[in-house]
Amino acid sequence: MKDGGEIISEYVVETRKLTKEFEVSIGMLKARAKIRAVDEVSFGIKEGEQIALVGESGCGKSTLGRLLLGLLKPSSGQVLYKGRDIWHISRKEFEEFRRNAQIIPQNPYDALNPAKKLSAALIPQILRHKMARGRDEARKIALDLLERVGLSPPEDFIERYPSRLSGGQMQRVVIARAISVKPQFVVADEAVSMLDASLRVEILDMLHKIGEELRTTFLLITHDLGVARYFARNGKIAIMYLGDIVEVGETEETIRNPLHPYTKALLAAIPVPDPKIARERKIIPLKSIDVPSLLKPISGCKFHTRCPYATGDCEKIKPELRLISNRWVACHSP
Amino acid sequence: MVQVKEVLIRALRKSVYDPLKIILRSKRGAVGFAIVLFFALMATVGSLIVRYDPSTVNLSEALQPPSLKHPLGTDWFGRDILAMLIIGSQDVLFVSFVAALITTSVATFMGIISGYMGGKADSILVGVTDIVLTIPGFPLLIVIASILRTSNPVLLAAILSITAWAPLSRAIRAQTLTLRERGFIEMAKCLGMPSIHIITNEILPNIMPYIIINGIFAFTGAIYAQVGLFMLGLAPYKSQNWGVMLNLSVNYAGAVFSIKQASLLAPAICIILLQIGLVFLSGSLEEVFNPRLRSG
Repeated sequence: MKDGGEIISEYVVETRKLTKEFEVSIGMLKARAKIRAVDEVSFGIKEGEQIALVGESGCGKSTLGRLLLGLLKPSSGQVLYKGRDIWHISRKEFEEFRRNAQIIPQNPYDALNPAKKLSAALIPQILRHKMARGRDEARKIALDLLERVGLSPPEDFIERYPSRLSGGQMQRVVIARAISVKPQFVVADEAVSMLDASLRVEILDMLHKIGEELRTTFLLITHDLGVARYFARNGKIAIMYLGDIVEVGETEETIRNPLHPYTKALLAAIPVPDPKIARERKIIPLKSIDVPSLLKPISGCKFHTRCPYATGDCEKIKPELRLISNRWVACHSP
Repeated sequence: MVQVKEVLIRALRKSVYDPLKIILRSKRGAVGFAIVLFFALMATVGSLIVRYDPSTVNLSEALQPPSLKHPLGTDWFGRDILAMLIIGSQDVLFVSFVAALITTSVATFMGIISGYMGGKADSILVGVTDIVLTIPGFPLLIVIASILRTSNPVLLAAILSITAWAPLSRAIRAQTLTLRERGFIEMAKCLGMPSIHIITNEILPNIMPYIIINGIFAFTGAIYAQVGLFMLGLAPYKSQNWGVMLNLSVNYAGAVFSIKQASLLAPAICIILLQIGLVFLSGSLEEVFNPRLRSG
């Protein structure tokens, strides 16, 4: 990021040893336990990048997404926007950050107010951030937004209630809502998971186009490697396991040549329609199919209980993300 | 100027004309609306058609059965029952309406703020609500009414609302808590909308149906409380007040024990009728708010 010739940070959004713990009460006696949803994660996203964050349910990717947007407060560590810690800036600066970091929630059916027309989903924030001179101009901007996400004629849609829309149409409105304030950074949390397969490519393509036109940085959170591969085909993919990011790299390269054992296992687990190829695939011999519970702290590398290549070190020392020729891997022996 | 007129017309249409269409479509709704309208008219323009002064005592005409001269007959003191009923309705309905308004407003305010803010503010407000919940409403009402002895309608209304708001506040808080977790609220926060906007424009419209329907129940509750207070003789005497009428007819004219004097129970019948009307209306209002329940 260059500001008057001075480089503040090469990343738009960055985290440093970011940790988020949740307290839960277990059992009848309400014993308190802490779950580390995000465990000292340090990584950064450059401006204009399209990144897919992949992981199984419960790995902490949604939590990480919300931490990046300032919707959750970290237990420790930092979240930086353009080099500044978002929790230690002035209120005005935080508002500026707020405008530039938006979320596209997972459930399109839930992301619109059922009691209000679509105009109410778009106009208030345009007016709030003074992006228009009056209600009329704001409405024109809103109509333009609807047109941009493929809802035509927009005059027809803007007066509708969400109940009159299909799932795909709703998701488009939600996307319009997210980009209505022209954000620099958008986190799409499983944005296509609840849509029919036929709609997914359309929505992903639309996100791409918006990313290019508005120079927006996208982070797509998903558990579906296929979706990740398609969306981030010109970008990066990050793999997450139990609160740690274990591998980050160029999407195609990472998928063709995974370095971290968990990534290898994940890719090997994808069902392949062709039986011949399926039979010839190498099976990664995991020591256990059970994912360890986060209630008990795991020493060293979180994957060591299942990793077939685990050594003595893996149990004791937690591996940091290291750069190995263009790929970040958190493993002692990738 | 033209814009303001347009906005007004649109608002009126949305809040009056459209819902009315839906309400009048069903038999239940039409009946309920008719009854409520009848009483609303009675309380407002009814006094224009009253022929007798309700406080005129005329013992020679005491306890007459319904006739052309006195459509509902006369009471123990010779006063025209119909006249008393109509004049009395003004007080009863007005005070109860204000009471319901106060109850609903306080409950909504407490409930939404408490539910949305969370944390310390929530704990304090919930504590206050819990304390008020444990206070028995009607007994407290009796105590306060007998001490204050007021005939000021607004004050009466306030007394009636003193404990009534607590259960409603709790329910509204619960609804707010659920709504707070919804995706569109998260997005609104992310888009930088201030809390006040989220509370009034995002949360309130979703709870409004619940509030209005409970507001109607608060209204009927207030009617019972008020008539009950007057019937027990705990508020300053107003001859045409329904509660007083009931008291007199039961204690002096033996209305409960003899069918001949049934018209003396006219106020009670009115209350029952109004209650039925309001229940029907609220049922129909549910259809207005929830399009899925509509028949047509």
